[in-house]
Amino acid sequence: MVPKAEFTSYYGRPVVKEPVWQAPEVPGYLFLGGLAGASSVLAAGAQVRACPDLARGAKVGAVAAISLSAAALIADLGRPERFLNMLRVFKPTSPMSVGSWLLAAYGPAAGAAAMSAVTGILPAAGTAATAAAAALGCGVSTYTAALICDTAVPAWHNGYREMPYLFAGSAASAAGGLGLLAAPCAQAGPARRLAVLGAAAEITSAQLLTRRIGMTAEPYRTGTAGLMFHASEVATACALGVAFIGRRHRAATALAGATLLAASATTRLAIFGAGRVSARDPKYTIVPQRERRTQRSAAQADVHSARQ
Amino acid sequence: MSVDAAGLTGVIRAEPAGAVDPAALAGYAEHPPRMGFFTDTSVCIGCKACEVACKEWNAVPEDGLLLTGMSYDNTQGLGASTWRHVAFIEQPGSAGEPGATGRGDAGDLRWLMSSDVCKHCTEAACLDVCPTGALIRTEFGTVVVQEDVCNGCGYCVSACPYGVIDKRRDDGRAWKCTLCYDRLGSGLEPACAKACPTDSIQFGPVDELRERAALRVTELHNAGTPQARLYGADPADGIGGAGAFFLLLDEPETYGLPPDPVVTTRDLPRIWRHVGLAAAMLAAGGVAACFGGRA
Repeated sequence: MVPKAEFTSYYGRPVVKEPVWQAPEVPGYLFLGGLAGASSVLAAGAQVRACPDLARGAKVGAVAAISLSAAALIADLGRPERFLNMLRVFKPTSPMSVGSWLLAAYGPAAGAAAMSAVTGILPAAGTAATAAAAALGCGVSTYTAALICDTAVPAWHNGYREMPYLFAGSAASAAGGLGLLAAPCAQAGPARRLAVLGAAAEITSAQLLTRRIGMTAEPYRTGTAGLMFHASEVATACALGVAFIGRRHRAATALAGATLLAASATTRLAIFGAGRVSARDPKYTIVPQRERRTQRSAAQADVHSARQ
Repeated sequence: MSVDAAGLTGVIRAEPAGAVDPAALAGYAEHPPRMGFFTDTSVCIGCKACEVACKEWNAVPEDGLLLTGMSYDNTQGLGASTWRHVAFIEQPGSAGEPGATGRGDAGDLRWLMSSDVCKHCTEAACLDVCPTGALIRTEFGTVVVQEDVCNGCGYCVSACPYGVIDKRRDDGRAWKCTLCYDRLGSGLEPACAKACPTDSIQFGPVDELRERAALRVTELHNAGTPQARLYGADPADGIGGAGAFFLLLDEPETYGLPPDPVVTTRDLPRIWRHVGLAAAMLAAGGVAACFGGRA
């Protein structure tokens, strides 16, 4: 049993502010953005591999997801009518600024790719748009990790070394799930393989994250967020099993696909919830900072005594 | 479209900045000296004139009438509609200490009082993460929100290591201390500093305030108060030093302040590298999935 950390606080009040972002809008935006970007990657590969139904399904899925994602982001603004102010400046120090410009370029590309695939007009332009959407989609699926990690929220910031891979993996897993739902069994191979790779990346990153960040991993292990985090990992693994065993059966493949989507969404909700918990309880801010300060003083004292 | 000079040139760095000039970094060719606060909590009497003056001058709305039981603190903390917050901490103490009631009996207590405010950090996370450019560095080196630009995305709220800035619920935008930018332009001192009866809140050029603060800490140490320390005065600290720094009589966390705040932007170059690598791996994963087996 780990002894209770000794620290004082100001009447137990939080030190940093809890995020004002609302669920389900912002975790929804994270999930849908990731799904869209990775779907565009899958769509490009599927098109090259001559899986037209998979490619079309992934492209339509991408544009639908990114539209909903942008709508969720705008809805969460305090002044939604001012959403275009995001394009006043370009600031590399702000992941939200970088993301706004990414989305501004990716959205039309994904839209054009889907339009061309569905209507069949301008196939060359459609191919170019598909390639552009795939390239930008890699950024769309991962910049959101920078967005949440570039904060003072302990559970998010401390996990910055793993979160981008977790988000990429979760996005790939979701896109694979969407592909399993959208494509006939004969063309579902790439979607299934992407889901496996994504799930492997997601689960590995999640394990590394929670093991490395010390006490700030507690919100990922306990409470509602912890339960959801664990449940989504289990569901992902089960869904992959069903996807492979039932790969010749439409119903099983579709069930696996839907489960993968739900699990990816649950992962984002869990990470969001864990962040809020870590901001609300002052111990997650105070105890690691005290330890860091103590270690730094000890190191400086060593240098000082070594010099004498 | 404009490219933010501070964002590209001076703010992304992994190493501590040293004593930088934030207004110059932000692009002001000529500017007045950097202005800030030195809040000497050893002489604060907890009158809350600073809270009242700030609300009056800035027309800050009422944000809760509660009796909290947190000693005399019914304000609770800084927020979108509280830009000066007086903290009260009652501790068992001994007579003769600053803040002691001096009754000299077994029930003696030490009463710490401190007026908290936005730190106007040299490396300001709120400013760094603002995607609309609403948060700016003024020519005085202070950090200010332009309320006609802010669209209430709330990113600044999560980025501030001190939990200062917040989003006003009914209004939708982010608000915080402006260091009375409108008063500075007319050569006046901020409302809180003007109202403070004990000069606990001192306003002036930050260099001068830092010198004054160092002398005051030495004075307190010599007078038998070894716990006196400066908080936010060191340009080599995790935020590059604060424009509004403090003299505290106990650990920062006792007052609700973070013990070792570091601006999140310090880690951003590494974060972007991991994002780039993850994006590349996603692309590679897509290739492997599509070409690594039968369709």
